[in-house]
Amino acid sequence: MAILEGKKAIIIGDRDGIPGPAIEECLQSAGAEVVFSSTECFV
Amino acid sequence: MDLENQKRVKEIADQFGPENVIVVLGAAEGEAAGLAAETVTAGDPTYAGPLAGVSLGLLVYHICEPEIKEEVDAGIYDEQVSMMEMVLDVDDIITEMSAIRDQYTKY
Repeated sequence: MAILEGKKAIIIGDRDGIPGPAIEECLQSAGAEVVFSSTECFV
Repeated sequence: MDLENQKRVKEIADQFGPENVIVVLGAAEGEAAGLAAETVTAGDPTYAGPLAGVSLGLLVYHICEPEIKEEVDAGIYDEQVSMMEMVLDVDDIITEMSAIRDQYTKY
């Protein structure tokens, strides 16, 4: 069963890891609706 | 996790229903990923933010976990994530994330 398709996605990216906008493009390609995207600095 | 982000996560879970929401992380380390995952499932472990004592139990993954990777368009994943994935300790991230999901995710 698809995990992402049709889901409302919250993205918490990381400036030193994978940033929000990169994850956003990935999730949209899998059929998720991005409702919030942020890029944190976890340090 | 950033206090403002905790507030938004709570609002979105309330608005759409927690069963319809997925949180995807991009943290650089397993420990940071685990802390963020714990925050959106069991509640804020630092008891500082709006999710302190709030167990949302949301479904949460890291973008580099195989379950997510296989659903994403391979070309886009390559372009956006692959470079960073090479320098991340993905095994450590998977271990942390799986432990949190097993324990706290309700959906």
